[in-house]
Amino acid sequence: MLSTPEEKNKQPLLNQRRRMLLTIVIAALFLLSIILGGLLLDEGRITTNLTERNAPPSFDHLFGTDWLGRDMFARTIMGLSLSIGVGLLGATGSALIALVLGMAAASMGKIADRLISWIIDLFLSVPHLVTLILIAFTLGGGFKGIVVGLMLTHWPSLARVVRAEVLQVRSAEYVQMSKQMGKPRWWIALHHILPHISPQILIGFMLLFPHVILHEAAVTFLGLGLSPHEPAIGIILSESMKYLSSGMWWLAFFPGLCLLIVVRTFDQIGEYLRVMLDPTRAHE
Amino acid sequence: MQLDAKDVGFRYGNGEWLFRGVNFTINPGEIVGIVGPSGQGKTTFARILAGFENPIEGTVTLGGLPVKKKGYQPIQLVFQHPEKAINPRWKMQKSLREGWEPERALLEAFGIEQEWLTRWPNELSGGELQRFCVVRALGPETRFLIADEMTTMLDAITQAQIWHAVLEIAKKREMGVIVISHEAKLIERLCSRVVTLNKNE
Amino acid sequence: MSILEVKNLSVSFKQYTTGMKQKELQVISDLNVNLEAGKILAVVGASGSGKSLLAHAILGVLPSNAKISGSMTYAGEELTYSRKIALRGKEIALVPQSVNYLDPLMKVGKQVRTSVRSGDPARKQKEAFERYHLTQKVEELYPFQLSGGMARRTLLSTAVVSGAKVIIADEPTPGLDPAVMKEALRHFRELADSGCAVMLITHDIDSALSIADEIAVFYAGTTVEIAPVADFTGKGEALRHPYSKALWQALPQNEFIPLPGTQPHASSLPPGCLFEPRCPWATAACRKGRPDMRELREGTVRCIHAT
Repeated sequence: MLSTPEEKNKQPLLNQRRRMLLTIVIAALFLLSIILGGLLLDEGRITTNLTERNAPPSFDHLFGTDWLGRDMFARTIMGLSLSIGVGLLGATGSALIALVLGMAAASMGKIADRLISWIIDLFLSVPHLVTLILIAFTLGGGFKGIVVGLMLTHWPSLARVVRAEVLQVRSAEYVQMSKQMGKPRWWIALHHILPHISPQILIGFMLLFPHVILHEAAVTFLGLGLSPHEPAIGIILSESMKYLSSGMWWLAFFPGLCLLIVVRTFDQIGEYLRVMLDPTRAHE
Repeated sequence: MQLDAKDVGFRYGNGEWLFRGVNFTINPGEIVGIVGPSGQGKTTFARILAGFENPIEGTVTLGGLPVKKKGYQPIQLVFQHPEKAINPRWKMQKSLREGWEPERALLEAFGIEQEWLTRWPNELSGGELQRFCVVRALGPETRFLIADEMTTMLDAITQAQIWHAVLEIAKKREMGVIVISHEAKLIERLCSRVVTLNKNE
Repeated sequence: MSILEVKNLSVSFKQYTTGMKQKELQVISDLNVNLEAGKILAVVGASGSGKSLLAHAILGVLPSNAKISGSMTYAGEELTYSRKIALRGKEIALVPQSVNYLDPLMKVGKQVRTSVRSGDPARKQKEAFERYHLTQKVEELYPFQLSGGMARRTLLSTAVVSGAKVIIADEPTPGLDPAVMKEALRHFRELADSGCAVMLITHDIDSALSIADEIAVFYAGTTVEIAPVADFTGKGEALRHPYSKALWQALPQNEFIPLPGTQPHASSLPPGCLFEPRCPWATAACRKGRPDMRELREGTVRCIHAT
């Protein structure tokens, strides 16, 4: 940021901001098409078809077929769609919890702050995956178990960010001036503090997403998450593992690659949003 | 209504006393300077007078009564750095009208152009922002204005413009002004009385 | 002898206005300054007049959306971007405003030593500390343990040991009480007397007058006048430009008379002389175009009416 190649000043076709926005739009469209694809794809594509078992990738079956003759492309899209859905629920829940607890810690006095900070530390001291498995297991697994588990495990780091941001903005001179202008606490929270942290929440949410999806896939892969009747990406990967040694690489390769791409896409959107919403970098 | 500080003392936690036993009085319409070496708590004292901070000992009263805590404060404070005292995410008019609705004549008195109202704070210079901060603090209920190094970061012309406008209003409204500055020549020009804030006075 | 010369410097920023639209903002136009070895040039003017941007342009630290034109020469040679980077901190050093520019995790003695370019770092650092009355103990402190005055002297030491020939000080004194300010300013005078060229950026004419040789007055991104310090006296009769006169007369110890109006914004610069809308001398000729810098009585001025 500090160095400027003053010599190169040619005007590109799209300025930086337009490029970022375009990337975000394309990425969002890509994710949306996966979700829609998962909902609209013909169920017939994934029914057992024993005449076309273990086929390698071809134009007919882009990602090949599995040991039951099911089209892997359709399975992958449907699995990703389910995973994104689960991720959406999990990340939203986590972000909300982070917002509420972070705000509470920063504005409800010392005792609340200590208690909430202690809970945050407690959650952060144990790996996500372990708490997630415990919670999902306690709730009896399945869709509900995993979603609740994801919500309850991914908020602590974002809550800590929110708490720090709120503390910082609360001590800002313009917030103190607002009190001096006779504004009540709720008004200040609504007009000064919330707008200040909402970009953080949005970005935090976008960056939570890939985490949530990966963890869901991991837990499901371990057999502790969604049931085999709900073919999320984790299930597909876990089932495919058994066939890897028989040379059927496409079973794990394409779903794995797609998962990676989806996760990276979310990461990228979060990163670009961060740049675009950060006022100190606004003119880059 | 007189503003009175009696035996005011302040310290953070159990630390050393920043100052103790400070007595200070200012009458309506009076313009008083507070001077003293840096690090002696001039800014903290200003914050206590304005109600930002509660004194550890002593009292601050306005017309013999404790200053109200709710609503628009009768004692307003203007800081040194205007860019910190204005929400960077708000357009200027929202910040300007946060406490009250300033009339056009007042904006003109401070040289605030209509066109600035729709701008973001980062599009205005420090001198322009400070004009907004001063006007914001000059609501009809303001009895005393504390200027804590209010024009330290500004050029001489802007400084003179702002002070001329403030002095005129102080005269018209019988408003008291407390000037905190390290610039002896400015204090000398503005104030009828100067108070030195010393440690453990 | 001129060591750093800035000629007809213009800087513009490409900024996003609403949403995705960009426009160019001319923040510095046709600016001229000249730094000489052994001399202090004070740059004064309102905030937003381009004082800090000039420093940033010389050091090559403008943000990436900036565009530069005009010429800058250092020791007679063109100061290109790569040369700025090569010289920054070695031959051209910045004395910044605050302690925030020190590395918070490094002991200050070590920080000062890392700036030494030639000779024995430890010895040079000790000499500098002695010169600025920093005790041996200070070497082992971290920046957060320094008082404001100590931090300033540390920053100064960093510039001194680097052996820089040009020192740029950006608002080094605001909010200091008089005794400390006097000491800080004296240090800059000493640096100049030892052969450095010093550019002191400040909005405080009073302190600039006490140590500088020449004063450059900035207005709306350009130099309106460069005058010897001696001209700032009385009612400003010796000053050339109407803005310099107004600035001088607005000081609390002088008339304290404010000139009405405000400096124009980069987004709406007047077509002619930048000062014309506020100028008591303005005539139709002033609206015709930007006046050039011209020599006048030991100084330079950008005004067609100045005598």
